Amino acid sequence: MSATPTAEPVPTVTSSTELTASGVPAAAALALGDDALVLSHRLGEWAGHAPVLEEEVALANIALDLLGQARVLLSLVGDEDELAFLREERSFRNLQLVEQPNGDFAHTIARQFYFSVHQHLLYGQLAVTGGPFAGLAAKAVKEVAYHQDHAEHWIARLGDGTAESHERMQRACDALWRFTGEMFEPVDGLEVDLMALEARWLERVTAVLERATLTVPSGARTGAWSAGAGRQGLHTESFGRMLAEMQHLHRSHPGASW
Amino acid sequence: MSNSTEWPLWEVFVRSRRGLSHTHAGSLHAPDAEMALRNARDLYTRRSEGVSIWVVPSTSITASSPDEKDPFFEPSADKPYRHPTFYEIPEGVKHL
Amino acid sequence: MTAVTADAYEAAFDAAVAADERIEPRDWMPEAYRATLVRQMAQHAHSEIIGMQPEANWITRAPSLRRKAILMAKVQDEAGHGLYLYSAAETLGTSRDELLDKLHTGRQKYSSIFNYPTLTWADVGAIGWLVDGAAITNQVPLCRCSYGPYARAMVRICKEESFHQRQGYELLLTLSRGTPEQHAMAQDAVDRWWWPSLMMFGPPDDASAHSAQSMAWKIKRHSNDELRQRFVDICVPQAESLGLTLPDPDLRWNEERGHHDFGAIDWAEFQAVLKGNGPCNEQRIDQRRRAHEEGAWVRDAAAAYAEKHQAAQHTESVEATA
Repeated sequence: MSATPTAEPVPTVTSSTELTASGVPAAAALALGDDALVLSHRLGEWAGHAPVLEEEVALANIALDLLGQARVLLSLVGDEDELAFLREERSFRNLQLVEQPNGDFAHTIARQFYFSVHQHLLYGQLAVTGGPFAGLAAKAVKEVAYHQDHAEHWIARLGDGTAESHERMQRACDALWRFTGEMFEPVDGLEVDLMALEARWLERVTAVLERATLTVPSGARTGAWSAGAGRQGLHTESFGRMLAEMQHLHRSHPGASW
Repeated sequence: MSNSTEWPLWEVFVRSRRGLSHTHAGSLHAPDAEMALRNARDLYTRRSEGVSIWVVPSTSITASSPDEKDPFFEPSADKPYRHPTFYEIPEGVKHL
Repeated sequence: MTAVTADAYEAAFDAAVAADERIEPRDWMPEAYRATLVRQMAQHAHSEIIGMQPEANWITRAPSLRRKAILMAKVQDEAGHGLYLYSAAETLGTSRDELLDKLHTGRQKYSSIFNYPTLTWADVGAIGWLVDGAAITNQVPLCRCSYGPYARAMVRICKEESFHQRQGYELLLTLSRGTPEQHAMAQDAVDRWWWPSLMMFGPPDDASAHSAQSMAWKIKRHSNDELRQRFVDICVPQAESLGLTLPDPDLRWNEERGHHDFGAIDWAEFQAVLKGNGPCNEQRIDQRRRAHEEGAWVRDAAAAYAEKHQAAQHTESVEATA
């Protein structure tokens, strides 16, 4: 990668208690914005590779919804492009779940399913409890309901389809299970009942997986590394390469407009 | 080359706004009705073109055959009295 | 069918075409008309889905979030347009799977333009401005094509594509007015895409195999050279406004003709790329084939699920009435 710009200050991590000009807790906006940004990027990698044309259109719709959410959230914190293209890996606050590589279609669906169920519950709460995110959550929750619906339909079809699809779907659910606990770690400035959220998430996930003849994974839902995970800026190895690709062009032309 | 079976074809009808009928928008492939509805939503209403969608398996549609065109459609051609322009109304009469 | 009625059918078909009426799927049509349409609609559909690749190549590297959203939406549209066109082709009784198989095995073609690589971000702009521009010039007359489903698909596509060319032009304009490096990037892209874009209109009229019959059938409304000339005349002032040059020393206004004269097109390159020796022919088909093969288990799973659950539903309703 070419040199980082010297003319502009590289945005640093916002401290937890800081509020943006519009009174939004910056750390929370960044965490939610990064989730949407990174997952949208991963889904964008599917373009031209989807299993069937109809699914090209569906995956792109979800990616575009998420990118739209990311842009609103990041713009609450600062300049969306500076935040997306000039931060270093350690300054990203997204969940490790959303940065996981696409894998096969089953992995992409499992990732989307775990995340969308969570995001739907979270935005649903944010929309009704008022507070700084109520407005954008109210709009996003409708989009996310559709993402969840899309993922759940595929979970059912892959889980209860052929022997091969069943095995692939199970493997994907198992593999991503250990990244799901992080969704229920507290985020500064995000006032939600995490215990209730987690209980409802588990309930929904269990129901959908069982209906799809899949086994609810039984392993640990968080990593053993006490230093933390994505919300603390600690990511998995593939994330650095994803960012290198995403940021390379923007960083090659410091100060340029696009 | 895989020999996987092709998903069936569905015809998509979209109601563009309240007060209008569903009109044929096109077709698509889907494994079942639920997925057909979702694919139709993504494909045919991604620029907010609709408020309601129907999907029908293409094989369920029975069409009049072009060979039957005459018996089907010509009898109505000689019944011009079904059309408002058949009637002469004196000039100046409004709201008719 | 007796010879007499066959003649009557043909006469009815000819009359409908002559009267600018639309031919619909279940109408009688000459076999050659049907074959020409299937070939052309399939090639058009294939072009849309292969055409996703060169642009999707830049989705993950788009330099701003605004540009990324635009590009994703555009590539998505291309998938959608491929779907509309496969649907139109299916009205003539050829399944999408059959058509895809012909694409994957090289028995049907797609527009050769997509066998050129997208080397820089500016190529996304050049594709929007020149490639989509050429495509629109070709496609607008197709909205009046004699075959109804094709014409209707094209109306939808043209409406949706109106943003495609504009975003490309805007992208190039931003680069052209940007840093010297960005300007150079834009000029380089236009230099590489100009001639292949002119080739998109197909061989010159006197060498075009299918043109005359297609014009008679009103599948085609204007000749290749006519459309190419129209495109050149549109592009010249647009390039000026961009602050970019077109790579043709022979390009100049001809007062007498009321058109721009332009240099000779390298038809040897066109033929070679068409025959498979373009920079990306193999890569494009490989990726398409791989996506299709790697997706087979997904399509099979959904089909198996549908079968299982349809059987279950059927049993349920039978039990309910019993």
